[in-house]
Amino acid sequence: MDILNILISDSFWAASLRIATPLIFGVLGALICERSGVLNLGIEGIFVAGAMAGWMAVWFGAGLWGGLLVAASVGALFGLLHAVLTVPLGLSQHVSGLGITMLATSVSYFAYRTALPNLSSPPRIEPFQPLDIPIISDIPFIGAVLSQQTAMTWLALFLVLLVWWVLERTPLGLAIRAVGDNPDAVDAQGLSVYALRIGAVMAGSALMALGGAFLTMSAFDSFFFGMVNGRGWIAIALVIFASWRPGKALLGALLFGAFDAFQVRLQTEVGAFVPSQIFLMAPYVLSIIALVIVARRAEYPRALLKPWFKGQR
Amino acid sequence: MVQGRIYPALFTMEKTSVLSLNNLSKRFGSVLANDAINLTLKQGEVLALLGENGAGKTTLMNMLFGHYVPDSGSIDVADETGKMHPLTLGHPQAALDAGIGMVHQHFTLAENLSSLDNILLGSESLFSWRHKRKKARKKITAIMQRTGLSAPLDEKIGQLSVGERQRVEILKALYHDAKILVLDEPTAVLTPNEADTLFENIAAMTREGLSVIFISHKLHEVLAFSQRIVVLRHGKLVGEIITADANERKIAQMMVGADTPATPRQAMPPGAPVLDLKSLTIKGENTRNSLYDADLCIHSHEIVGIAGVSGNGQSALARVISGLITPNSGSISMNGEKLTRFTPPAMLKAGVGRIPEDRHHDGIIGAMSVSENLIIERLSDSDVQTYGFLKQHNIATHAKELCAAYDVRGPGIESAVRLLSGGNIQKLILARVFESSPHLILANQPTRGLDLGAAGEVARRLLEARRDGAGILLISEDLDEVLALADRVFVIHNGHLTIAHNKDRTTIGLMMAGEKAC
Repeated sequence: MDILNILISDSFWAASLRIATPLIFGVLGALICERSGVLNLGIEGIFVAGAMAGWMAVWFGAGLWGGLLVAASVGALFGLLHAVLTVPLGLSQHVSGLGITMLATSVSYFAYRTALPNLSSPPRIEPFQPLDIPIISDIPFIGAVLSQQTAMTWLALFLVLLVWWVLERTPLGLAIRAVGDNPDAVDAQGLSVYALRIGAVMAGSALMALGGAFLTMSAFDSFFFGMVNGRGWIAIALVIFASWRPGKALLGALLFGAFDAFQVRLQTEVGAFVPSQIFLMAPYVLSIIALVIVARRAEYPRALLKPWFKGQR
Repeated sequence: MVQGRIYPALFTMEKTSVLSLNNLSKRFGSVLANDAINLTLKQGEVLALLGENGAGKTTLMNMLFGHYVPDSGSIDVADETGKMHPLTLGHPQAALDAGIGMVHQHFTLAENLSSLDNILLGSESLFSWRHKRKKARKKITAIMQRTGLSAPLDEKIGQLSVGERQRVEILKALYHDAKILVLDEPTAVLTPNEADTLFENIAAMTREGLSVIFISHKLHEVLAFSQRIVVLRHGKLVGEIITADANERKIAQMMVGADTPATPRQAMPPGAPVLDLKSLTIKGENTRNSLYDADLCIHSHEIVGIAGVSGNGQSALARVISGLITPNSGSISMNGEKLTRFTPPAMLKAGVGRIPEDRHHDGIIGAMSVSENLIIERLSDSDVQTYGFLKQHNIATHAKELCAAYDVRGPGIESAVRLLSGGNIQKLILARVFESSPHLILANQPTRGLDLGAAGEVARRLLEARRDGAGILLISEDLDEVLALADRVFVIHNGHLTIAHNKDRTTIGLMMAGEKAC
């Protein structure tokens, strides 16, 4: 059967990893925010802002890595705004997050139109190219999958390790996990609840922006409207699927990437007699089913969504 | 394996002071929570801070730990060499640095982390690449060996028992090199066996040179485990006694104080039974919410007082009479009729008026207006609504009348209730309750947190209702209030109701602490 051929082809797995990459950035970012007790629904807008800012920095001559730095900084700034509203001021995290999404999206489109008026076709940059690492590309199958990836995918995989290490193995990660469970415990030990949460939200938002930047600087080479297309929301769902763990977050992102890559290939096989909309819908439906199975046992960070004020016990 | 003592320098000096509180005062609004308190703690001593609820014990310790800033006074703490230094007030970090560790009644532990991680939290520089877990584990193991405190270090807090969590809290303080340990009602959440273990651990810790202050209102444990007892009452330090010279009668007397003049009150023969509880049993999730085999009859023209330390089953009694829970067995009759349905509307209909314990949480809806809160219990009455439409004019007139009659003061009847002061909120609740002329009034902690004026008003209204024929169930931790108002007094302890045959405060004080009546 042809389906089996799809599953054992290296191009299918390479595509899965490529589709998963922005989600890995997004899930890691959302995970850091939520581990500290703050839901960041600004993610969708921060993706757009990261995609636009990174791309534009390169267009104006910043270089690819400079572009990533700009994207991350813009993400951190929107994160700072969200954190100030929700942490010391204690406003609704839902409302603030959705507001950030609308603000960041609109500001990005506005900046794009203002900086580059009178365009007939979107301008292109020279994006990240697949990275051929000698020893790894010699490994059969895996080498073929990995050598089709750009430096950003490698960065995403490295960040999974880094985030896991920081959360599980360092005092900072311990404090972030504690502040998302019981802020009073952190306060009683003389640490600042506000500083920890603001820092975590800024770091998480920077990662989300990198996810957006992947779209314009690695997957494609230009910026156009609507290109984020709900990836931020998928990341929010994947955090629950991942039970707030970086390793499972990688797994979840890969699973979604595989669903998506599979439906594209299946369309060419059986597309003649099944409507294409079914295939477009498939990854989302499968994600929902996976969530239902996994998320019923999910243990939320206990202080998630709960504002904390100093001196109120 | 022989471990070094925790504080060798301190240990060699017998009975020097390690802590002194000088003239500490703290006022909350019109309540003087602490009034010029002087206290010293000796090295290696177990000091018991005894007093009824609201006597100011926790306020005093919160000032020591920097959670509150005192209005006046100062605190001195000894350093390693025994020299006294003034403590920076209002900063928990300063208290931690000075070697003061506090174990709150509500633990400050993150449940998703292991015991070890909770102890480590905040003890290392945040930006290092890895934990020094090995070293930490060694230090904690050493502390555990010296003091006998034991807790599984690698289990998550969420999986530990309350006693184990408390030991983790104590270990946390000791790990941070505390030399003065404050335990706020440490046995309130423990089983008797766990409590015994705790006191053994405390004895071991003091042998190591640690000084302990424990807050309690249980006479027997204070007598058994402390060396000195300090009694607080209404924010004042009213007595200090070496435990060896004390007995239960003596400290109970200190705790509840001398007789105060009773509120003028006419003698009145009780009328027909209003509320009759027969072998009522409520099995809550723990003893705090349980009631066992309670018999209680309240007549009209009668106030029955329930004295007791909070958390002994009062809330179970109040909740069942409010219709919030259904009893497991036994019966409740109102005016001779046996009740079958236990819902709030059924209870209202049967003629129960409720003054809830937590007036902000259960008594009002803070964001709604004064006039709306006044009609909230009778939304279906025809003078309030027709066909589901509120009669705004009637509601406003009604609110104005009631506010005038009960002297409810605030920004106006259309303003949100939460803007009113505690006393005015209570008056509003009284107005709502008394307006419907209930047969039975459940008054649960009706004067808690009120200033003297408002408390006097509440007492006067309750006595008026008694004159007019209501039966009143008064649940209060304030023994003075119970003795002043009640015709008959019951004591509640561990879910058991016992009648106090005479209104002798020392006997009742002992019964509240769980001792059998003399």
